Amino acid sequence: MSQRVLDGTVARYCLALGDDALVLSQRLCQWAADAPAIEEDVALMNIALDLIGQARSFLSYAGVREGCGRTEDDLAYLRDERDFRNVQLVELANGDFATTMTRQLLFSAYQYELYEGLSRSSDEEIAAVAAKAFKEVSYHRDHAATWVVRLGDGTDESHGRTVAGIHAAWPYTAELFEPLDFDAALVGLVEARIAVDPASLHEPWLGYVTSVLTKATVEVPSTTWAPAGGRRGLHTEGFGYLLAEMQHLHRSFPGATW
Amino acid sequence: MPCRRGPRQRKIRQMPTSPEAAGASVPSALPARRDWPLWEVFVRPRRGLSHTHSGSLHAPDAELALRNARDLYTRRQEGVSIWVVRSSDITASTADEKDSFFDPAADKVYRHPTFYEIPDEVEHL
Repeated sequence: MSQRVLDGTVARYCLALGDDALVLSQRLCQWAADAPAIEEDVALMNIALDLIGQARSFLSYAGVREGCGRTEDDLAYLRDERDFRNVQLVELANGDFATTMTRQLLFSAYQYELYEGLSRSSDEEIAAVAAKAFKEVSYHRDHAATWVVRLGDGTDESHGRTVAGIHAAWPYTAELFEPLDFDAALVGLVEARIAVDPASLHEPWLGYVTSVLTKATVEVPSTTWAPAGGRRGLHTEGFGYLLAEMQHLHRSFPGATW
Repeated sequence: MPCRRGPRQRKIRQMPTSPEAAGASVPSALPARRDWPLWEVFVRPRRGLSHTHSGSLHAPDAELALRNARDLYTRRQEGVSIWVVRSSDITASTADEKDSFFDPAADKVYRHPTFYEIPDEVEHL
């Protein structure tokens, strides 16, 4: 792989990692001032802020490796829907609190395994960001698991909502572990030990998620429907609205600051 | 994409005011939100210092109280260790007891260790 191709490929990989964090952060922010308790409001916003920090690191680095002079802001605010590389799981609507927490559990458990692997990346920048982010997502995963166990093993009402939340999100988890073979150069990154093979994360992820769901008295869904395409720029209907809300200020008033 | 009930809709659906009113025994693991007990939070700023009272918060159980405390009181690196104690488990002196509890100490100056010379060689005292 020539240096120029390598740079472009690393940029695309980091774009996907950054977009996952950015989009989930934007979704979580919709809970601001609307969480079940003020304590939980702060907890959710802390998680969203951690994710923004991860997004900034990965998007900035993607801009550097891309070499076209695009900043983190350019990448976050001036790309259109089809240019975003996040998985569809992170763009799913928040739904009720149980739905948000089950989505968080499934995604944070994935990020936990992912960053653990990436902290040994042969790319030093990626390894450093992942090592720092690993500590953050360890807490996100723990926080989500704490709630899923309580809601799942709680009242009939909370149990029902947790089951509904798991069923809504579960099909979208398949995409997390899809091979990167839609982009041959990305497969090369895995071989160069810069990127992590997504398929290798599935087993530890499933082990952890199963242990939490078992404690929560919630069955692991056995659905086979597996929507995908986020990594290739195909997104769900709600994603355009999310982007519009996130981007409109910057697009209406370019460079606005306060 | 399936559309789930959002938080705003949920708030419109009022829960019955008490479990008895709902005609159900509620063996819930968690108390309802309005019944979340109050917890006092103690944070140790760094090794070697004592835990000091930081404030209080609501949480359904000890584990969540600890997590809420982490999010509310240590997000700016204020601590290295946290204690949470259910407020109702604290026995406190009352304002009525102020005279009998604290005033008698006022005229016992000899209880202060100020009546001996400290040798120059002794540091950190």
